[in-house]
Amino acid sequence: MNNIIQKSGLSAFVPWIVSAIVLSILPFIFTGGGSITIMNQIGITIVLAMSYNMLLGQGGMLSFGHAVYMGIGGFVAVHIMNIVENESLWLPLPLLPLVGGLVGLGFATIIGSFSTRKAGTVFAMISLGIGELIAACCIIITVFFGGEEGISGDRTMAPPTFGIEFITQKEVYFLIAFWVLISVFCMYLFTQTPVGKMANAVRDNPERAEFVGYSMRWVRFVSFCAAGFFAGIAGALFAINYEILTEQNLNLNMSFQVLLATYIGGVGFFLGPIFGAILFTLLQTVIGLQTDLWALYTGIVFILMVMFLPAGLTGLFAMHLIPLQLGRLGMLVRPYAKIFIPGLAFLIGSIALIELINHARHHGEEQFMTLFWIEFDTKSFLPWIVFTLMVVVGFYISRIIAREVTEAWGEATFVEGERR
Amino acid sequence: MDLFIINVIDGLIYGLLLFMLSSGLTLIFSMMGVLNLSHAAFYMLGAYLAYQISIITGFWVGLIVAPLLVTILGAAVERYGLRRVHQYGHVPELIFTFGLFFVIEELVQYIWGRSMVNYNSPESLDFIAFNLAGGSIPAYKVFMLLVSVGIFVALYYVLARTRVGMIIQAALSYPKTVEALGHNVPLVFMGVFGVGTGLAGLAGVIAGPSLTTFPGMAFLLGSIVFVCVVVGGLGSLSGAFIASLLIGWLQTFAASYNVGAGDILIALGYEYPKDIYYHPWRDLWTLTLPQIGPILPYILLVLVLVFRPNGLFGKRES
Repeated sequence: MNNIIQKSGLSAFVPWIVSAIVLSILPFIFTGGGSITIMNQIGITIVLAMSYNMLLGQGGMLSFGHAVYMGIGGFVAVHIMNIVENESLWLPLPLLPLVGGLVGLGFATIIGSFSTRKAGTVFAMISLGIGELIAACCIIITVFFGGEEGISGDRTMAPPTFGIEFITQKEVYFLIAFWVLISVFCMYLFTQTPVGKMANAVRDNPERAEFVGYSMRWVRFVSFCAAGFFAGIAGALFAINYEILTEQNLNLNMSFQVLLATYIGGVGFFLGPIFGAILFTLLQTVIGLQTDLWALYTGIVFILMVMFLPAGLTGLFAMHLIPLQLGRLGMLVRPYAKIFIPGLAFLIGSIALIELINHARHHGEEQFMTLFWIEFDTKSFLPWIVFTLMVVVGFYISRIIAREVTEAWGEATFVEGERR
Repeated sequence: MDLFIINVIDGLIYGLLLFMLSSGLTLIFSMMGVLNLSHAAFYMLGAYLAYQISIITGFWVGLIVAPLLVTILGAAVERYGLRRVHQYGHVPELIFTFGLFFVIEELVQYIWGRSMVNYNSPESLDFIAFNLAGGSIPAYKVFMLLVSVGIFVALYYVLARTRVGMIIQAALSYPKTVEALGHNVPLVFMGVFGVGTGLAGLAGVIAGPSLTTFPGMAFLLGSIVFVCVVVGGLGSLSGAFIASLLIGWLQTFAASYNVGAGDILIALGYEYPKDIYYHPWRDLWTLTLPQIGPILPYILLVLVLVFRPNGLFGKRES
């Protein structure tokens, strides 16, 4: 985890170059129109979740209104797109995210000037209040927010950049990928600056940071403004991709989704939100197509993660570095394999039961339903019995094997004569 | 004048309803130092459970049973959820309750559907209690008022005059000392959380018929309740009471007086623009008080937090 600048030569840039290559190859592997749409959405979510993690993960500030900064940036971006369309302003489309970022930065500067005075509950409540305020203003100030139907623009009317007019999704993908890479790189550089380091110190121990001579309010303010800037970039990318913004893009629900994506990925790690954004968007788009209960599932997964896995998915990977370094990862394979089958049975059984009840409750008139590519009769007792058995037996066996897993884990991470 | 009196009564009922939620919330906060963001979800749960019970047995059984069920549920959430998350710190606790809000909201939609349910006030209260200054006050509103006042008095009595209240108050300030004296502080915490959410459930039971029972009801009231608690000062019961009444009246009055910004602008000497639909300031000209009524509490919240971060009556550093 050394400073990137201090590392000699090109080796520090290898991860960035590799990611750039991967990003440029991806659209040629997943060529379907649907998959490029999903990848665009993932890119936007990555920037947003990473910027949110500057607050929550690195600065210890819990915001319930982060979507506001993305939304404001996006709304201004759409307005600018319309101005560019009228030819009263010349601005190539790839530079639009920068404008959105500056708008986010400006707005965050105003709000941050008073909201970062305290961290914790007070900060969270101010962010909630501001979020509700702006969301309510959406309906009232129709000149700027366009009321309930929102405002829309046309990205193809901007002056062509090197002959590209951004008509297809693929062209937009490269624009988004470019900005994702730039933003993530800049956010990484931010964590290496003294302010970025002090943000961690203020998060972990505000008093000591203050005694060292740093103003925690100033440190929080700077992080907050930077987070607003990158959220604004995400907003402009959103505006370019969807060409429409409504109240739904900045309300509390959207802010909750940002929190969810970031938290699932893991707030304690720089790369965590990237995994979170990818997983969350895939869940949202893929599972969202399969069932209308996806919000319930994500909510439950989220609650369980907060309770049992507060370090997130990245934390789960990071945990396994210890046995890996000790060369004992092999000891875990057997118990993991053993718990996989009953665990999976429990999972499938519970999902099936939830879906079955939902079907009986709200679509009772249809006799057949399809679940996991199998069609069956909901009126007969068989599926109910099978799924209930899967849940009960799966849970019971998993619990027994879970003890074995814990034991194996303890053995795999045990270091003789370890001192604290 | 007639409208004024009606509004005073309506605002009082709404304010007392808010107090039923904010009292529990502020008690929970001063106990555990965590703002229970899922509080309004328990309010909604109370309304829906009471609806379900009222189908089978009628309104009055629901009035008693639904809050009890919500109390048990709240206590279980504290015991098996919040207590576990507590070890990770305050921010994960906030995140947990925030997530819980969405899960309960989704669960309610999962069980009872996405549209409103037909939860009505009991027939025995379907009459006009009295006529006042040209308007009529339904008996159900009087009933709501009586229940709210009753809860307020009971809460005050329990906290200030009984032994249980003394232990709770002591555990608020010196949990370690109270534990050393042999009291089961975790149990007190669980009880306070349960009773707090139960009060929210009771508010839902009596508010359901008059404010309609639908999946968005928690969201609608939830943020207002936080405003009450924060404006009154986190952890201050009297502050929550005054802030609840204040916001109750603020919203009721804003909703019923149709003062337009256009009239004020004309009175100030500005000219009404001819082509209002293309005017850049058209929103300002067409703005009315009922329109900005819903956002007044948030403006109040932000102002209070900026100028008095501890709230109007708060003393505790958070």
